[in-house]
Amino acid sequence: MTTYLADDKGWFGAFGGRFMPEALIAALDELDVAWQEALADPTFGLEFDHLLRTYAGVPSMLYEAHRLSDHAGARILLKREDLNHTGAHKIRNVLGQALLTKRMGKKRVIAETGAGQHGVASATAAAYLGLDCTVYMGEVDTERQALNVARMQLLGAEVVPVTSGSRTLKDAINEALRDWVASVDHTAYLFGTAAGPHPFPSLVLSFVRGIGDEARRQCLDLDGRLPDAVAACVGGGSNAIGLFAGFLDDPEVAIYGFEPGGDGVETGRHAATIHAGDVGVLHGARTYVLQDEDGQTVESHSISAGLDYPGVGPQHAHLAATGRATYRPVTDKAAMEAMALLARTEGIIPAIETAHAIAGVVDLAREIPGQTILVNLSGRGDKDMGTALEYFGLGKAKPVADPQAATPEQQ
Amino acid sequence: MTVATPVSVAFDKARSEGRAALVGYLPAGFPDLEGSIDAMLAMVEAGCDVIEIGLPYSDPVMDGPTIQAAVQQALELGFRTTDVLRAVEAVAATGTPTLVMTSWNPVERYGVERFATDLAGAGGAGLITPDITPDFAPEWIASADAHDLDKVFLVAPSSTDERIAMTTAACRGFVYATAVMGVTGTRTATSELAAPLVERTRRATGLPVGVGLGISNGDQAAEVASYADGVIVGSAFVRVLLDHADDREAGLRALRDLTADLADGCRRGR
Repeated sequence: MTTYLADDKGWFGAFGGRFMPEALIAALDELDVAWQEALADPTFGLEFDHLLRTYAGVPSMLYEAHRLSDHAGARILLKREDLNHTGAHKIRNVLGQALLTKRMGKKRVIAETGAGQHGVASATAAAYLGLDCTVYMGEVDTERQALNVARMQLLGAEVVPVTSGSRTLKDAINEALRDWVASVDHTAYLFGTAAGPHPFPSLVLSFVRGIGDEARRQCLDLDGRLPDAVAACVGGGSNAIGLFAGFLDDPEVAIYGFEPGGDGVETGRHAATIHAGDVGVLHGARTYVLQDEDGQTVESHSISAGLDYPGVGPQHAHLAATGRATYRPVTDKAAMEAMALLARTEGIIPAIETAHAIAGVVDLAREIPGQTILVNLSGRGDKDMGTALEYFGLGKAKPVADPQAATPEQQ
Repeated sequence: MTVATPVSVAFDKARSEGRAALVGYLPAGFPDLEGSIDAMLAMVEAGCDVIEIGLPYSDPVMDGPTIQAAVQQALELGFRTTDVLRAVEAVAATGTPTLVMTSWNPVERYGVERFATDLAGAGGAGLITPDITPDFAPEWIASADAHDLDKVFLVAPSSTDERIAMTTAACRGFVYATAVMGVTGTRTATSELAAPLVERTRRATGLPVGVGLGISNGDQAAEVASYADGVIVGSAFVRVLLDHADDREAGLRALRDLTADLADGCRRGR
C-alpha cells in the first residue's frame, strides 16, 4: 500500500485538508459520501469503464517515439492521452464526476477552465448526460483560447468570462466557488484538477489514475519491465498525478514533474509553484502557493493557459516534500521549441502544456542517457495554433517557383 | 458556558436596551487607509455597536462584486497586513469592540501566533474567519485562547445540527449566521432561511447570534432584528463609499445616514 494517499480528512502529510466556508461543507461531505459509495459499487465502476472505452477512446496507446528518442539520447515512450475524445486526459475526470453528478440526482454542473480543455470536456460530458453546464473562464484566457470557447458554446455550455483579479484560472475558480455557494443544492462543481478542498484531490485522482495504471501494464507488456523514469507537466497537476499514481509504489521508477517556468523563474514571471512558491492556503487546500510576504496571491505567468495557476495539487506538494518526485521549471521558450521538436520528429503536435514535459524530458535524457522515460502526452495542440502561429510567425505559405533538385539525403 | 467578552457585552447591552446590536463592516485601506478609518469612526458615532474590519485579500471567495471592487482598490493602493492593525488601533480606541474579518491565508502567512499577539496589542477583540471552519483552525483557536481573543466562526443554512454544535462550541463573542446561501452583496428581499438557522443555532449555544449577508436598509434590519441578536451589514456600507468616490465628506454623511437608518431598524424590530 502506498503512503502517498490522503487520510480521511484529506491530508497528504502536511498538505491538503479542507479550508472552506462552512456553507460548502455539507456539499463536500455529500460529495465525499456519494463518491465513496460509487467507488464501492461495482456497477458504477463498470459504467465508468464502459464509457471510457466506448466514448472516450480509452485506454490510450503507448507509443515508442523513435525519432525523438534518437534526438534526445534516451528511449522515450509517450502515453497518448492526446488521442482521447476532446483531445486530452481531462475527459477521464469529467466523465467520472459527471456520472457521479447523475448518481447524486443533480441536473446542473459548473466548471472552471484555464486553457479550456477542462471546460470542453465538461461541456462534452454534460451534453452526453443531458446536464446544464456553465463554465467560468478568465477573460484573458477566453481571448487566448477562443477556439475552445467556441467548442464549449457549440456543445451547449454557457461560457462566463471572469473579469475579476488577474482574469485567469485562479479567478475562474473563485467565481465558480461563488456560483457554487449559491447553487449547491442543485449544482455539482466539476473540479478540473487534482487540487482544491478534500475530497477533490483524491476524487480526481481516482478518475485519472487510469493513465498510470494503463501505462504501467503497457510498459510491462512492451518491455517486461517498468520504465526508469516517468514524467508529466504540472499545473494543477491532474495529468501528472494520474500518471504518477501507477508508479508511486515502485521506488525504482524516478518521477519528474515539469512546471511552467514562464520567462524564467529568476524573472518572477512564471508559474513554477513547487519550485519557487511557499506553503500557504489557496482554494481550500494547504499547498505551495505563489504569494507575496503578506500572503496575497501573486499573479502567475505561463504561455500555456492550462498551467497558468499560482497553486498546485496538495499531493504534488507532498510528493515534492517527501522527495518521492522531483519538480523542475521549464521556460515558455523551451516549451515552444519542444512543441516544434515533437511535431517535426514524430508528426505529433502537442498542447503547449504537454510541450513542457517534452522539453523537460529532452533535458533529462542528457542526465540518464539510454534509459527509458515514459512521458504523459496529456493533450493535443490544435487549440494552441493561434499561439504557435504568432510565436513562430507561421501561416504564410512560401511560393516556390521551380522543382528543386534532390538533396543527398533524398537521393 | 459562555465567556463575557467586549463583543458579547455589546450584544447584551443592546438586548437590555430592547434592540438588536448593529455590526458594521468595512475593509481596511478602502478608499485608502485614512479614509477607511474615518469611515469606521463615522459608523461608530452614528450607532454601530461592533465594527468588523476587513483584511483585503487577493482571492476573496466569499465576497460578491461590491466588496471585491473595494478590496481590489485597497490592494492596488498597496495595502499591507500591518495596515489592518493600524485601523484596529484607531477604531478600538473609541471603546467600540473591533473584530478583524479575514480570509485565512494572510493570517497564516503573517504567522498565526504573531497575528494574535499583534491583534491583541492593537486592542482588537478577535477574528471572524469566513473561509475556514473550526476543525481546520486548531492553531488559531490555540492562539486566540492564549491571547483572550474572540473566535467568530460562521454557520450556514446548509449546516447540519451536528456541525452547528461543533462550530458554536468553538465560537467566542458571537456566532455569525449567514442569512442566505451565497456571497456578500445587497439583496432586495430578506431571506427565509435565516430565522430557522438562528433558531437551530440558539438550541446549540447561549452565545449571541448575528445575521449577515444581504441586509442593506432599516426595514431589512428590522425584520432580522425580530429574531436575531445582531444585524451585520457590509456591502451596503461599501456601496455608499463607492458611490461617493469623488466626495469623501458626502460619503461620510451618507454613511452616517445609512448607519442611523439601520440602527433605527434594529430598534423597530423588537
